[in-house]
Amino acid sequence: MHLTDLKIDDVAIIEKLNLFDKEIRRLYDLGFVVGSKVTPVLLSPSKSIKAYLVKDSIVALRDSNASKIEVEYAKENSINR
Amino acid sequence: MQKRIALIGNPNVGKSTLFNELTGLKQHTGNWSGKTVGVAVGKYKNLTIYDLPGTYSLIPHSKEEEITSEFVISNNYDIALIVCDSTMLERNLNLVIQTLEVTNNVVLCLNMIDELSIKGISIDIDALSRILGIPVVGISAKKKKGINKLIDAINNFESNNLFKIEYKKEIEDSIISIGGVNRFDAIKKIINKENKIVNSYLFDSGIIPLDSIMKTIYDKCNYIIKIVVKKNNKYKYKRKIDKILTNKITGIPIMILMLTIILYISIVGANYPSSILFNFFNWLKNIITKGLIIVHLPSFIRDLLTNGIYQVLTWVVAVMLPPMAIFFPLFTLLEDLGVLPRIAFNLDGYFEKSNACGKQALTMCMGFGCNAVGVTNARIIDSKRERLISILTNSFIPCNGRFPALISIISMFFILKNKLFSSMFNVGVLTLLILLSVFITLIVSKILSKTILKGLPSFFTIELPPYRKPNVIKVIIRSIFDRTLFVLGRAVLIAIPSGIIIWLLANISIGNVSIINILSNFLNPFGRILGLDGIILVSFILGFPANEIVIPIMMMTYLSNSHLVDINNLNIMKDILLSNGWSIKTAICTLIFILFHFPCSTTLLTIKKETSSIKWTLLSFILPLIIGIVLCIIVNILFCLHF
Repeated sequence: MHLTDLKIDDVAIIEKLNLFDKEIRRLYDLGFVVGSKVTPVLLSPSKSIKAYLVKDSIVALRDSNASKIEVEYAKENSINR
Repeated sequence: MQKRIALIGNPNVGKSTLFNELTGLKQHTGNWSGKTVGVAVGKYKNLTIYDLPGTYSLIPHSKEEEITSEFVISNNYDIALIVCDSTMLERNLNLVIQTLEVTNNVVLCLNMIDELSIKGISIDIDALSRILGIPVVGISAKKKKGINKLIDAINNFESNNLFKIEYKKEIEDSIISIGGVNRFDAIKKIINKENKIVNSYLFDSGIIPLDSIMKTIYDKCNYIIKIVVKKNNKYKYKRKIDKILTNKITGIPIMILMLTIILYISIVGANYPSSILFNFFNWLKNIITKGLIIVHLPSFIRDLLTNGIYQVLTWVVAVMLPPMAIFFPLFTLLEDLGVLPRIAFNLDGYFEKSNACGKQALTMCMGFGCNAVGVTNARIIDSKRERLISILTNSFIPCNGRFPALISIISMFFILKNKLFSSMFNVGVLTLLILLSVFITLIVSKILSKTILKGLPSFFTIELPPYRKPNVIKVIIRSIFDRTLFVLGRAVLIAIPSGIIIWLLANISIGNVSIINILSNFLNPFGRILGLDGIILVSFILGFPANEIVIPIMMMTYLSNSHLVDINNLNIMKDILLSNGWSIKTAICTLIFILFHFPCSTTLLTIKKETSSIKWTLLSFILPLIIGIVLCIIVNILFCLHF
């Protein structure tokens, strides 16, 4: 499953980053590391970019990039708000 | 003892706020990544503080991060002061650990410590200090809490670092074999795959250096966080505001509405002080003129001083100061609040379709203030191609030097009978013009990325920082002193020589015709094709040093023909323009030409500096000019067909 398959508020764990070295570095900096919890929280009006809650901060990723990140649902499936 | 302090931190952790608090320097802070582009140096008692651009890691991606990385790795300072956002400690620790691989002389400062209790987080600062082996101080830079403690920690600092991080054996072997000025220098070289022997050694051992190193660092961060951070799960990230601000239906209209409201307040609010200034300057001019007559100054010098320098100078002040003094603080408030990254988030789809970077929305927003600043800020864009696109298109966005010109022409020529409706109509026209310039920015970005700057959009991320309440009074003071007076000062400096040149051009005649008329007569046929006239074109050319003076030059030149002197309001200005053949068509074409002509000299010099290429500088000059010419000709033809 990919990051883009998640619905808003789904909680998932990052499994694999299928990106180039340079891009992975950037993701590492922002906390997108294998094993990190990640939750999509906002969808842009232009629909091609989403904001994710990762390591207590909100980071936006384009779908074209996020589709290369493999995730798996976390045990606690959805955060209640 | 004198100490050199390197101020390091992720973007948006309040580094610049702390820096300003300590040094009293008026560095502009804002709630988005990439505010500090270049090293700012300031002093606090015995400390020399270097404020470095925010970075997530010492392995740089963008030009501005490179500055920080090089500075930190060079270890040419006494203490590295790392500022963290306490509410996101885990991610921030990554940079702390990397820095500890460069030097043991680190002081960790947990900023925004006051936000922890609200968010139900608690941090065991003593434990963190013990584990890292460095002093850790919790502060609130904004509320000025804990700063003395921080200074004590710096002054009483003793190197007692016990912190060790151990990578996989193969990585540790490689670090030893590469050597380098410090461990992180070696790590950087390993990650960047600079050493062939090490590369193949690691490859043969089945180790991906980046993955392995970062995993070790993040595992360590995780381990530390588990010990020192306690979270009360009751707090949930609030995003009611973001839900509305980035909603698919309300998001973009709200943004446009915000822009419109800011423009409305600036325009309407500026009218009254503007006319007061005009009246005051006219009154003063009469007194000065009388005074100059009394001291028997030769009439041509008197005229040069009053109708040349004084006139242009006061024009610039009266027209520019009021809208700027309102616009800048309002804009700064939005910036400090953290709205700009949301704008980038909302607009990103359009930039992606133009094969450009979403951060271009940020540099575009900076362009509203000053295009030169927008061009410099393009450093936050990682990809060179996308950075160039952002630089080349930045001058399409009207800067503050051009707003007064747009505003005065719109309020002269787009009038409704009802006063309230009239000003709303004005704001509507101005908003449309801005949307046009954004639209052209997107189209040109697309064209550039399909032709000379071919390429696909690169990897893009942007952080949406938490909204933070700006300190309103500070914002007003800072934006007036830093930005308003800075821009005004620049305009005034240029207005003085310009006033002299214009007066000379208008008053020196060759065969009964003034030079300025010779020039404008020469350019007139071309101007007519654009729906303008020769004088308008001459004004734009003479206004090359600063767009602020285009309208004053234009008025001066018209005036020198019609021998009118006192202008104290827009109605008289409009009469002068009408008597010189202006119509609604001239107004529209001039508005378009204000948006799209050539960047001012400061912006061009900045582009030259940022691109270090004459080719791109030239293109940035020609590109808007061609667009302006084409659009003006189209408008002109449309009018000819219809009327």
